Amino acid sequence: MSETENTAAIEMREVSVGAMRDISFIVLEDVTWSVAAGEFWTVAGQPYSGKSDFLMLAAGLMAPVRGECRLFGTDTRTFGEAKLAERLHVGFVFAGGQLFNQLTIRENVALPLQYHHDLAPAAAARAVERLLELLELTPLADLTPVSISENWRARAALARALILKPKVLLLDNPLAGLGIRHLHWWLRFLDRLSRGHDWCDDRPMTVVVTTDDLRPWRDPSRKFALLRDKKFFLLGHWNEVEASGDALVKELLAEPMETVE
Amino acid sequence: MRENLGKAFALTDTQIFRRAPLPRSYTNFLGRKTFLFLMTLQGLVAFALITLGVIFRKFRTARNVIRPRIRQEIARAGVALLPMFLFVALALGFLVIGQTVSALARVGATGYLGSTMVIVVVRELGPLLAAVLVLARVGTAHVIELGTARALGEVEALEALGIDPVHYLVVPRVIGMAVGVFALTVYLIIVALGSGYLFAFLQDVPLAPGDYFKQIAEALNWLDFVLLALKTVAFGFFIAVVTCYHGLAQPLRLEDVSRVAVRAVTQGVIVCVLIDSLFILLYLGT
Repeated sequence: MSETENTAAIEMREVSVGAMRDISFIVLEDVTWSVAAGEFWTVAGQPYSGKSDFLMLAAGLMAPVRGECRLFGTDTRTFGEAKLAERLHVGFVFAGGQLFNQLTIRENVALPLQYHHDLAPAAAARAVERLLELLELTPLADLTPVSISENWRARAALARALILKPKVLLLDNPLAGLGIRHLHWWLRFLDRLSRGHDWCDDRPMTVVVTTDDLRPWRDPSRKFALLRDKKFFLLGHWNEVEASGDALVKELLAEPMETVE
Repeated sequence: MRENLGKAFALTDTQIFRRAPLPRSYTNFLGRKTFLFLMTLQGLVAFALITLGVIFRKFRTARNVIRPRIRQEIARAGVALLPMFLFVALALGFLVIGQTVSALARVGATGYLGSTMVIVVVRELGPLLAAVLVLARVGTAHVIELGTARALGEVEALEALGIDPVHYLVVPRVIGMAVGVFALTVYLIIVALGSGYLFAFLQDVPLAPGDYFKQIAEALNWLDFVLLALKTVAFGFFIAVVTCYHGLAQPLRLEDVSRVAVRAVTQGVIVCVLIDSLFILLYLGT
């Protein structure tokens, strides 16, 4: 086993998370969390509970206010240009997709590959076309993000995060606002990624998603955590989630209110 | 990358200043304005140095991506503006130079024609006019594009993909504008001088074209060429730095974009005038 497989993919020790817009505003405190390679985590919380900031910190896009966060054993504070290779092991899908509006879908997906491997568009075309085909985006490839529906924009954002074949994929509320057909596609696709997809050479991918609705993620193989009142609660596997009887869990499962009391 | 942007903006986190309550006194008002000005200046200089650093340090990084972007920006800040510049140059020739030529001829001072033309058109009006026109046409577009991109989270997306926003967004614009302003100034000057003579000729000023151009050529020295190049490149560079800085500064919200665009254009003009006055010192020194 190589060294990276022994160390945890993501490890947080007593981390305090500041808000992206104002780092002095603490949204989460005292997070201790360890994600082993190949695990599938669902982090649930109400809107404004700090899910996005938490995920950005996990991706190394933001430094912790206190504590330390390690990705494959590397402290994310040191994530500068020297550690670019480590950083690129992490794929990040933003909540709104955040595609580059001036570029077409194809250019959006190709950009990371071209930039990091210094390729002309023609040289990157094979990999890009294959991924577009895989995510059923080929017919939309020449359109700009503004002219396609939200469902497809989300998928294009996934494609852009996958083009560099990351080891860890972090998705910020990926199912929000999706149509039912797309929702099932996403669940199936993320499941395949986490078990090993041939796009990523059949290597099981570590996946972390955040959500404000636990219902679609019900699965015995996934692990769960909860964000509430600036605290991070580890719930464990699905049977433990159900057994917890937590009011917020019931709310996120959209169970009838009388059972909450 | 992230730290590059962070460094520049940490210096100018002026929110505290803007929010703080202000006693009703003119001196306080003046003091706050002065501080804001100094902080903006500091941020701009830091951003300019960071941009220069990135240009040299990442000269070889991702050339297949950045070079087409640079070409695109040169086309946008240079080639695309050529028709407008020809029009302005003709107008400048007819309105300003033609009149100057005929006025000088009327008082029999055609001997001063060359030096007047060089001072007015080559040294001052040409570069400054070109810079202001490019600022108006392309600089505003930069602020709005980058401001919108910033507000929509595209800059964070670049960082998440390990792409330096300064390298990808700022460097091509800075190089494109520096080249654009330089090239357009040259065309502007040539066409303005030519059309100026045409206007004078139409007014029957007794001046042979040979004399006119000979006088201008004699009034020019090698330093004019060097300083013209330096000055126009500096104009382009700093206009791009100011507009990119304001577009990318602080996590913007969409509603801030228009306000920031106005501020950037104003500061762009001020920066051009300041650079221009620096060059006057150089001209006077020689």
